Amino acid sequence: MTDSQTTPLLSLRHVSIALPKGADRALAVEDVSYDVFRGEILCVVGESGSGKSMAANAVMGLLPKGVYASGGEALFDGQDLLTLTEKQHRTLRGLRIGMIFQEPMTALNPLMRVGAQIAEVFEAHGQFSGRERQQKALALLTEVGIPDPDKAIRAYPFQLSGGQRQRVMIAMALALEPELLIADEPTTALDVTTQAQILELIRDLQRRRGMAVMFITHDFGVVAEVANRVCVMRYGQIVELGEAEAVLKHPSHDYTRALIEAIPSDVIPEARGAETDTPLLEVVGLNKVFRSKGGLFKPAREVHALQDVSFSLVKGETIGIVGESGSGKSTLGRCVVRLERPDSGTLSLSGTDFMHLQGEALRRERHRVQMIFQDPYASLNPRHRVGYAIAQGPMANGMSKTQAFAKAKELLALVGLEGTDDRYPHEFSGGQRQRIGIARALAMQPELIVADEAVSALDVSIQAQILELLEELKQKLSLSLLFITHDLRVAAQICDHIVVMQHGRIVEQGPAREVFLAPREAYTRELLDAIPGREHELADV
Amino acid sequence: MSFFARFAQNRGALIGLIILLTIIAMAILAPLLFPESPWRMVQRPFLPPMEVDGFPLGTDTMGRNVAAGLMHGAWVSLLIGLVSTTVALAIGVPLGAIAGYYGGLIDDALMRFTEFFQTIPNFALAIVLVAIMQPSITSIVLAIAIVSWPPVARLVRAEFLSLRNREYVEAARLVGQSNTTIILRQILPNTLSPIIVLASLMVATAILLESALSFLGLGDPNVMSWGYMIGAARTVIRQAWWLSFFPGVAILLTVLALNLVGEGLDDALNPKLARERS
Repeated sequence: MTDSQTTPLLSLRHVSIALPKGADRALAVEDVSYDVFRGEILCVVGESGSGKSMAANAVMGLLPKGVYASGGEALFDGQDLLTLTEKQHRTLRGLRIGMIFQEPMTALNPLMRVGAQIAEVFEAHGQFSGRERQQKALALLTEVGIPDPDKAIRAYPFQLSGGQRQRVMIAMALALEPELLIADEPTTALDVTTQAQILELIRDLQRRRGMAVMFITHDFGVVAEVANRVCVMRYGQIVELGEAEAVLKHPSHDYTRALIEAIPSDVIPEARGAETDTPLLEVVGLNKVFRSKGGLFKPAREVHALQDVSFSLVKGETIGIVGESGSGKSTLGRCVVRLERPDSGTLSLSGTDFMHLQGEALRRERHRVQMIFQDPYASLNPRHRVGYAIAQGPMANGMSKTQAFAKAKELLALVGLEGTDDRYPHEFSGGQRQRIGIARALAMQPELIVADEAVSALDVSIQAQILELLEELKQKLSLSLLFITHDLRVAAQICDHIVVMQHGRIVEQGPAREVFLAPREAYTRELLDAIPGREHELADV
Repeated sequence: MSFFARFAQNRGALIGLIILLTIIAMAILAPLLFPESPWRMVQRPFLPPMEVDGFPLGTDTMGRNVAAGLMHGAWVSLLIGLVSTTVALAIGVPLGAIAGYYGGLIDDALMRFTEFFQTIPNFALAIVLVAIMQPSITSIVLAIAIVSWPPVARLVRAEFLSLRNREYVEAARLVGQSNTTIILRQILPNTLSPIIVLASLMVATAILLESALSFLGLGDPNVMSWGYMIGAARTVIRQAWWLSFFPGVAILLTVLALNLVGEGLDDALNPKLARERS
């Protein structure tokens, strides 16, 4: 045992990876050295573009075209992985090094049964006979905790949930009992409760099998849950490397501190009250059913996206709609801005019925509720300069062109992007685009802004900046906000009120502090417990 | 940077533009250089190129000047290609946009109408239309336009279907822009790339369709076109290669030039590419 603890299983020494010419920097990874020992989980943390995945790809021999390792060595059990041929890599992959990816849906073959896909792993390495492979697959599925493995083995990927698919991926990665498991953001696409289960599973399997795990993530909460040691990366270089406890509690580098600070770690929100009690938005008994048209041979399908949803929002207040995917929270947001039409119930805005407006009348009232969208890359028209993107709203409502453009300039300055009005969206980063989206919403001087997962696609440090901006604008312009998110930590930061949704129904609602401190419903408690890094006291900053 | 400067950065596009301008110049200069009708028989038949002064491309089966035919034909072929494509776009783009944007019953109705045209083979329909309307430039242009708009409508509809639920379109709807504004200013500019590519191919197809019609004797009897020349020369291709070769090269160059120009236009109109290159 002592031997295995002193010699690392995988040892990266001064590894540099070159990017093709014309990329934003010359080296994706620059002079990076770290070790992974048997029986430990090493977390490689960094924001997008930090090069955290590149090193793992180099180890697997899966570097994209044009990208190559330009220096250093990666010793796996004494063998330099960077000099292996493709064929040698292939024998190593799966057999001794397993890998799981972020998006289990695209990593699985949609037309193959789960059992066959696992059996394929054995087949690729020429192990066992057909019957044995099936038995092995079944055993693996049982081990990764899929409910009803007998059925699951015959299921197609689309019949499984996201968490179950990730379990299948893990089963495949573990099939040949690799010594090293590389997990690249394996829980990023999952709901919090599922994420907690998968993290538990990985930790459990690692302990049981004594594997080494290289866990790549952007989330310090996840780090706190699973890591033995942490390696923080930025711009392709290692910023900090050390024991998880030490790094989390006493980060020595400013960047690490900033990252940890940026996580809304203090999950208990302050008690905040709305300034007024004029109801702005009143939603009573809202229902929405999505029907897919039935064909000749397939029955019509109905999905109850919203069932009897009621809440009200007071002027100047921020309500957080929290739920996992499929909970109907986005549908609720889209109904409030009237991108969808609710089937029944009432939806009124400062006393006016907002639900039955149609056509031209609706178009005239639309400016009163605006939306900030999730994907900063899809929410701006690539062919319009951002000044125009912001100005077109006021122009559609009768403002003159010069006035509208002047206003767009002002708003861009307000969100911290002064003098950028004649640029195109692709010249901005994700966080900046989100600021433009906010400016566009503000241009209409709305009574209510619906933010649909507005910060979910952003890196933590950018996320913190956007939340700060929203908070600041809220104070300055006394905005009312409907904040839709799957991330309770984010909700805790900005919301006065929390509405928890599940399967299209409201499970619990109340002042944010109460919901966090004394959740009444089991589901809320489950959600809160699932927040990664919750039990850990993160850095005392 | 000006639009033309952006366009000129694509060398292929510049070459295409030069070829296209040369062909247009040919069409304009034809009556000046060859004032006589290209149909007139001026020398003995089957004169190979470069053999007799004044007949650089030789003469055809009836002793007509091939060079004169080529230059006069440029006018007809270009006119037919460009006008019929414009007409086809004028029908196809709005139909496709409306069908894709509104969806539902409107979409069903418009698409069934489009399919009605698509079920009849292009060429057969064009022959019938020209035969009914009497062969003339107008009837040929119309016939070609009528048979070539359905793919445009289909393409535009597909693009609209995928773009209409983009977040920026929803944002435009939320700020209260009218449907017309959303179609024209938000979605249509983003469908330009495939439309331009398709249009440059359609011009080429139109020129070829006209050739085929002329070959069957359904061309306008008063005008010389490249298609007619190839059609007439096909039977003697082994004795007199130049009769089909030169108009063939002319069609090839025109089509190539249009494709290059189309690609250059697309690049120049795309803000992302334009900025990256600068």
